[in-house]
Amino acid sequence: MTEMTFQTDPAPTERWWQRRVVKRFLRHRLALLGLAIIVVMVLACLVGPHLLPFDDLYIDLRARFSPPFTGAHLLGTDPLGRDVAARLFMAGRISLLVGFAAMLISTVFGSLIGVVAGYYGGKVGAVLMRFVDAVLSFPQIFLLLALAAFIKPSPIMITVIIAATSWMEIARIVEAEIKSLRERDFILAARTLGLPNAQIMFRELLPNAIGPIIVAATLTVARAILLEAYVSFLGYGIQPPLPSWGNMLNGAQQYLDSAPWLAIVPGVAITLAVTGFNFVGDGLRDALDARSDLT
Amino acid sequence: MVRFLLGRLWQSLVLLVIVSVIGFFVLNLAPGGPLSQFALTPGMSDAQLARIAHQMGLDRPLPVQYWEWFTRLLQGDWGRSYRDNQPVLTVIWSHLLATLLLMGTSTVISVLIGTWVGVLGALRRYSVFDYAATVGAMVALSIPTFWFGLIAIYLFSLRLGWLPAGNMYTIGDGSLLDYAVHLIMPSVVLALVNVAVWSRYMRTAVLDVMTQDFIRTAKAKGLTRTAVLTRHILRNALVPMVTLLGLQLPTILGGALVTETVFTWPGMGRLFLDSLGYSDYPVVMGLLMLSAILVLIGNLLADIVVAVIDPRIRLG
Repeated sequence: MTEMTFQTDPAPTERWWQRRVVKRFLRHRLALLGLAIIVVMVLACLVGPHLLPFDDLYIDLRARFSPPFTGAHLLGTDPLGRDVAARLFMAGRISLLVGFAAMLISTVFGSLIGVVAGYYGGKVGAVLMRFVDAVLSFPQIFLLLALAAFIKPSPIMITVIIAATSWMEIARIVEAEIKSLRERDFILAARTLGLPNAQIMFRELLPNAIGPIIVAATLTVARAILLEAYVSFLGYGIQPPLPSWGNMLNGAQQYLDSAPWLAIVPGVAITLAVTGFNFVGDGLRDALDARSDLT
Repeated sequence: MVRFLLGRLWQSLVLLVIVSVIGFFVLNLAPGGPLSQFALTPGMSDAQLARIAHQMGLDRPLPVQYWEWFTRLLQGDWGRSYRDNQPVLTVIWSHLLATLLLMGTSTVISVLIGTWVGVLGALRRYSVFDYAATVGAMVALSIPTFWFGLIAIYLFSLRLGWLPAGNMYTIGDGSLLDYAVHLIMPSVVLALVNVAVWSRYMRTAVLDVMTQDFIRTAKAKGLTRTAVLTRHILRNALVPMVTLLGLQLPTILGGALVTETVFTWPGMGRLFLDSLGYSDYPVVMGLLMLSAILVLIGNLLADIVVAVIDPRIRLG
């Protein structure tokens, strides 16, 4: 019985620390705004399509190019007469999902590389980190497009490719963090106890580096959404008829004069979503930084 | 300093080798590998394909193929374009200057504006201006470059008619003024993200320098505010910025690609996209490799400049 309470009750110091972080985050007005934007957008994309009278694939030939706020179509229609609002919500599901999934993959992979490089150091660390430097030498968008053009695009492949070109920053952050943690007494203790390397890396070191990882991961969602928009805009990302915020903009340039809303609406959605994640990431950085209490 | 520079040169060479390995790996990802072009030819039999593969040395072990490819790369033989059979380097060369012009102009703009915003933000820390600059920078980082370009075209070309919507010059004109007018919109659009990054780092760097002892000394010996600011604060704050500029190179180059497509700017980015459309893999690979090499050279140059202007590195 006593053993059970010991296991379920978290250490009081940890709870205090967590509350401090939450408090600091809640004091960060921009972060709250960002969080609100994200929540509203996710809800809109989930619920929105069910509330609208039009399906995102329904073609209303008589209402092609209707401007926003004029007829039955709230945000207007596209060249095929499809409802822009319905497409925006469905595209949001794809774009947000791709951004989030790419973040998960790149965070896991980047942390793995970083923790191994930071823990072993020496030759292993040097080789891994030079590899990180080399990948960073390629302009991300060039690498992304080349990979997307060589590999048959599907939403899953696009996600993997975006992740494959955005894990390096997290690897660098984790490596630096692990390198400084490695010398601490509790790691010495773990080594003396004879814990296996894997356990030291993933049970002792990685949890202590979770703060910077969370911050980097949040900012990676923002970047991944942007990257999806770039490749899809250029025609190598998510392929129609599946809508994404990026490919909604794909044909927008040729109708810029006659139907500017086709360019404005998805662009605003991308900017809002990315701003939201950037604000939250910035707020988390301040909240997790203990020094921010002093100033 | 010689030792420091030799060390950096060595590091760059190591990176170049790793970069080439990654490039080679990407090349072999192409559907059908380097053979893809021939596989599309109608009436091509498997036996013929195998013979071409043998001629091109594609049936040999990968490390051997890599070595062959890498040595030819170093000798300047980057293969030929599938589209017009011109040497890849010649094709790229004809587009390089346009991109460098765009990147150069845009970088000058972003450094000037970014320095001003960053310094002012640091001097008036926590003022309305500082707060607006911080929020503005984060929003600027969130705007897709190509979309910003579209909106700019809509406003300044289609609605107001002030600036041309694309291309580098008007056919039949081509005066210096004509080039300048065409350059304004793409370079400002490309500069947006870099102004945001630059001003943030500049603010931090200035705040860092301002707390140093030598600034207090400079103030104490009665130098004017301007003298302290320009000769002591700015000069020292700009040193880490040179390194940042080197690190920002891939982003600027990538941004140029997207900007060029929106503004039909005849540079490397447009070439890259056109080549993707034609499955012109040698040119795509050439651009990928060249951009990475440019970035490596840029970083090396940045380190050399820092070493020259910062005595702590020059003498240490």
